[in-house]
Amino acid sequence: MGYSEEKLHEEKVFKDPVHRYIHVKDKVIWDLIGTKEFQRLRRVRQLGTTFLVFHGAEHSRLNHSLGVYEIIRRIVDDVFNGRPEWDQSERLLSLCAALLHDLGHGPFSHSFEKVFDLDHEHFTQQIILGNTEINEVLSRVASDFPQKVSDVIAKTYKNKLVVSLISSQIDADRMDYLQRDAYFTGVSYGHFDMERILRVMRPREDQVVIKQSGMHAVEDYIMSRYQMYWQVYFHPVTRSAEVILTKILHRAKHLFEKNYTFKLEPIHFYSLFKGETSLEDYLKLDESVMLYYFQLWQEENDPILKDLCDRFVNRKLFKYVEFHPSNSQMSKLLELNKLFIKAGIDPEYYLVVDSSSDLPYDFYRPGEEEERLPIHLLKNNGEIRELSRESEIVDAISGKRRTDHKLYFPADLLEDESGKRKIKKQIRQLLDLD
Amino acid sequence: MFNDHAKIIHAIALAGEISGRKKLQKMIYIAKKISFPFQEKFQFHFYGPYSEELTLRVEELCNLGYLNEAREKKSGYYQYCYTLTDSGKEFLDLYQMEMPALEPCLQDMNVQNARFLELVSTVLYFDSLPKEEVCEKVFTLKSKQKYTLEEIEEAYQYIAKLQEKAKLQ
Repeated sequence: MGYSEEKLHEEKVFKDPVHRYIHVKDKVIWDLIGTKEFQRLRRVRQLGTTFLVFHGAEHSRLNHSLGVYEIIRRIVDDVFNGRPEWDQSERLLSLCAALLHDLGHGPFSHSFEKVFDLDHEHFTQQIILGNTEINEVLSRVASDFPQKVSDVIAKTYKNKLVVSLISSQIDADRMDYLQRDAYFTGVSYGHFDMERILRVMRPREDQVVIKQSGMHAVEDYIMSRYQMYWQVYFHPVTRSAEVILTKILHRAKHLFEKNYTFKLEPIHFYSLFKGETSLEDYLKLDESVMLYYFQLWQEENDPILKDLCDRFVNRKLFKYVEFHPSNSQMSKLLELNKLFIKAGIDPEYYLVVDSSSDLPYDFYRPGEEEERLPIHLLKNNGEIRELSRESEIVDAISGKRRTDHKLYFPADLLEDESGKRKIKKQIRQLLDLD
Repeated sequence: MFNDHAKIIHAIALAGEISGRKKLQKMIYIAKKISFPFQEKFQFHFYGPYSEELTLRVEELCNLGYLNEAREKKSGYYQYCYTLTDSGKEFLDLYQMEMPALEPCLQDMNVQNARFLELVSTVLYFDSLPKEEVCEKVFTLKSKQKYTLEEIEEAYQYIAKLQEKAKLQ
């Protein structure tokens, strides 16, 4: 028996608050979980800065990755196995891709990638294809197996059905994170009947389709997605923490470029600051390392870096007002910019517009004009129809645009009347704070 | 401060009118790949490189009244055309952009059809691979589009031409 078919003597089970148990029988999966690159995901939170708002949201990307693996395992072993449209030889590939799909995420990856112009998908591929423990395990299956896993995650694998299991508008990734994020944040929105959805999934040439009889379960899934976006992922206070985090990283990079002398050399950031990040350096960074620097930078001589780190570590976040960037509001913003400078508060770091498009989450889209593959229902007569054409509920929310912009600023500095009182009053009036 | 939005408004102003969401996506992706500073993240989707961030940003700009989105019925589907509104033009007066080479590149792309731009963007997506492997990717991943070797060659030539244009100005 080859390594790809090797089973553990005894099935391993992980207790999991979302799926109750995660079952591992394949030796390859067990070995992948034990690699240092996979274990690193324990030190990267699934929801970045959300824990500053929902204190339970401390779950890691490792929890989520195991959850996605378990969903795919149930689909391929319990639902697809034996169906003529499904090629069971793709089973192990699907499981590995599910387990490893988030491997390249960095610490607080959304802000981190923005500031340093990185892409976690690029690092996922590098970890899978490079000189790593993960690559060593995958190569034992077959020499071309790492490339196949990488292609599935990059959505460029030839079998689109396999890709769609892990990445589509109703995929294992979303089904896990919606439920997991709801559980750990403690909100009551992200619930839907996943067991039902799994039972009505059917493999087709290019994608998974859902039997018409499961439409109401899918409606629930779309609704929970919608609710979670607005109640958790787009939460204005989480966005405030994210704004501060982004500005800390910008400031540290700026200081490095100006040859500023840090009290402790930020060696972990050097390759990022220089824009030449190697895989080895990248893997050394996790959220523990970043938070360690933020702690130290509270004692720095640079007043901006010091202040921003104090805000992040001690949760003294920016306040916000709704902001509609119409031309009159944009003129007001330019005016505010000038007043901030006069007040001695650098607007580059302390006056920030944040938009819904700056966030990494997406809505269900019916896929007009070949944008993204929509969710398809399989009707009893064999016809395939796009979900929002059959469901009034989905139609009601998927076609509607809802966008959101907020203006963030440090209210405490504007209320501090120890200096520049007149200018600060003017600012507060422009922001409608007084 | 709203810079990324401003770049999209600027791009549509330079192109004049862009017919189709797919075309808009591919034009911005190609411009980004030939070194114009667009920040939107693209991933490979069913129809090639696609950015959800760009989709949402365009929606925001339509909601803000800076872009006009007109829906036209085509055979079997709707197509969306984007133009700048008067508010969009006023906005650009507030937000000057310095990307002089962008205009000829976008105008050139805008007269190509969406199918060809889909091919060009796919070739660019795999630009780290040797040409034979890129052809194989195109034939495998875009089998329904039935691209020929000649068309792929044409895409390569087109990319070289655009890169020259981007450098010249």
